[in-house]
Amino acid sequence: MSGHTDTYHEEPFWRKYIFSIDHKVIGIQYGITALVFLLFGFTLMMLMRWQLAYPEQPMPWFGWLFGEEGVMLPEVYNSLGAMHGTIMIFLGVVPLAVGAFGNYFVPLQIGAPDMAFPKLNMSSYWCYLAGGIVMMVGFFVPGGAANSGWTSYPPLSDIATTGQTVWLFGMVLLITSSLLGSVNTITTIVQLRAKGLTWMRLPFFVWTQFITGFLLLLAFPPLEAAGVLQLMDRLAGTSFFLPSGLVVSGELLDVSGGGSPLLWQHLFWFLAHPEVYVLILPAMGIVGEILANNTRKPLWGYKSIVYASSFLGFMSFVVWAHHMFMTGMGSTISAFFQTTTMIISIPSVVILTAMFISLWGGSIRYNTAMLFALGFLPMFGIGGLTGLPLGIAASDIHLHDTYYVIGHFHYVVAPGTIFALFAGIYYWFPKMTGKVLNERLGKIHFWTSMIFINGIFMPMFIQGLAGVSRRLWDGGISYAHATDTFYLNEMMSTSAWLLGLAQIPFIINLIMSLKSGEKANDNHWEATTLEWTDAPSPPLPHRNFEIIPEVHRGPYEYSVPGSDKGFIPQSEA
Amino acid sequence: MEIPYNVEERQDTGMYNAKLGIWLFLASEVMLFGGLFSAYVFLRMGDITGTFASGSQELNVPLATFNTLVLITSSVTMIMSWVSLKLGDMKKFKMHLGSTLLLAGVFLVVKYFEYSAKFHHGIYPDTSTFFSIYFTLTGLHMIHILGGMVVIFYFLVPGSKMMKTEPERFTNRIETVGLYWHFVDLVWIFLFPVLYLL
Repeated sequence: MSGHTDTYHEEPFWRKYIFSIDHKVIGIQYGITALVFLLFGFTLMMLMRWQLAYPEQPMPWFGWLFGEEGVMLPEVYNSLGAMHGTIMIFLGVVPLAVGAFGNYFVPLQIGAPDMAFPKLNMSSYWCYLAGGIVMMVGFFVPGGAANSGWTSYPPLSDIATTGQTVWLFGMVLLITSSLLGSVNTITTIVQLRAKGLTWMRLPFFVWTQFITGFLLLLAFPPLEAAGVLQLMDRLAGTSFFLPSGLVVSGELLDVSGGGSPLLWQHLFWFLAHPEVYVLILPAMGIVGEILANNTRKPLWGYKSIVYASSFLGFMSFVVWAHHMFMTGMGSTISAFFQTTTMIISIPSVVILTAMFISLWGGSIRYNTAMLFALGFLPMFGIGGLTGLPLGIAASDIHLHDTYYVIGHFHYVVAPGTIFALFAGIYYWFPKMTGKVLNERLGKIHFWTSMIFINGIFMPMFIQGLAGVSRRLWDGGISYAHATDTFYLNEMMSTSAWLLGLAQIPFIINLIMSLKSGEKANDNHWEATTLEWTDAPSPPLPHRNFEIIPEVHRGPYEYSVPGSDKGFIPQSEA
Repeated sequence: MEIPYNVEERQDTGMYNAKLGIWLFLASEVMLFGGLFSAYVFLRMGDITGTFASGSQELNVPLATFNTLVLITSSVTMIMSWVSLKLGDMKKFKMHLGSTLLLAGVFLVVKYFEYSAKFHHGIYPDTSTFFSIYFTLTGLHMIHILGGMVVIFYFLVPGSKMMKTEPERFTNRIETVGLYWHFVDLVWIFLFPVLYLL
């Protein structure tokens, strides 16, 4: 593309790679930072799994981190647990799904030269990075990082050590970042669609990013409000979340009182339930793209899944209190939220079913991206179905706060969303770098990850049904009635460490392929969407396309009878 | 490459980018203050000792009424400044936008006297749940006023150069600032009865 440099000026290094306003560079910045945080958050869990498998035995190699004896203290365990959740969700998965993939591919798939507000885009990344760094600072303040769980329930979090204040400041930065990002994504999709790209011609991935944008825009502010209130509690001595007559360590707490711990839970879950769909919708979008491309068939029921996703987004705002059945908020409210929870499972099933039917009669190409996308379907299915007993108030009483819950939501997020994100990396890496990832290493990565991840989470259902609490530092030794299930702990922990090893081929693959991988052509997977058909690999800096494309048809016209290539690009007249 | 619809409207949506952007931002602001107003309702419903009713008695209603009028007037001058720009009258634009900035300053000065009177009487955020939410809500609102003042000042002095090079874009910018300013005004119109009168 050297013939066209006349309209494009070479920029200095810091402007091109560090403070860039090109959505593609920002997308890659988001991607790399998020992958580093994912690995770090996972490492925290691998440390915790030692304590669960071998309670109170000194840890090899890393023991010195936790005191002279090498045994993890309960408060350190709590810190690692709280930070694992925070890092994985707010610093890992969402930035990768929305910040990296959304930023990079939404403008490309809609035929836009960039996001609508490039400078806002840059500030959104830097807010995210600052939030991440502030979160990390928490580990070094007296008392360690936040240790009241990723949910930060008061009154515990109100009286916790300084790490909690740091956590709150970190969250405010992360919320600002996602606010800037979501305003940008929605505006871009509404305003910058190429000529002819009507709403029902949008690739499914763009639809999921659009709905996700609204969830981030409208669900995060109440958490910001809650964060402000908790900061006031911790710094200005108010008692928004502290009831009158609260006794801590045998002494009456000297506060004005009159607050309510439940208030935090309502505000928190008003964000955190839509957040679940922020995690899953972009994953579904990625899987949809890859399924259509590799079955060489249109996505089955495109319109139904678009409507189902929109309904899902709307409903996600009215199910939050199903996390609170045990708080004593009353059976009337429980009945309401139980009903809405059952309703929200319908669109999820519509989407999943449509994706399964899409496979029917397809001539499937089993490349690594497709394997991860196929892995997503049953894994998300298990995660979704095991959620139903948690959404019903009566059965939730038994299962609440046990390992069953951990198993359930990890099936949705880990082998669900994270597998879809891996699929996205394998699928779009050729477009982003011009190099193809190695298939053999990719398949090793997929199969080992698939086996070990199930080794971690499947036994959690057994332990949870036996009644093992998710919060116990000693692995549940104090739970006499569940001792029969403790032999599973060692196997689960071993699986977790092996899952860590299984990521090594992936990291090697990223580096090796970037250096000396097979060169990708512009449309490596013979896809129909604009980023493959109209932009070079990698796309041109700051404008993406040689000529801004026009769109003439829907996104997935594969195996069209009579077409010479076997597929018709969206931009073909 | 220029990003399309930065200045001119897109035909099928009838908006330029920043206008949609600011509306989305305001939607999120509605949720932020909505969350806090919900907290107010939630806490007031559980307020068995009556700190809400007795607390609001101690607030200064005449001062707050004056401040309400100040903010409403500032919204009017904000609109006038935009209209002046549309008519191409730079002098009137500066006068009206300047008055908006001045009125915002008056609001903050009045608020300063209100706050210091409270502190003087030994009333702080930790006095009771009512004053906790009073200081939090009005404090957050003042941060929004301050943020608005910084942006207005920017467009009044250094930013107004743009009028010579890209008049249409500059007018759009004033329109979006105006939308934000009306929102901040509207939040106060909710805060005033909820905190002072109920």
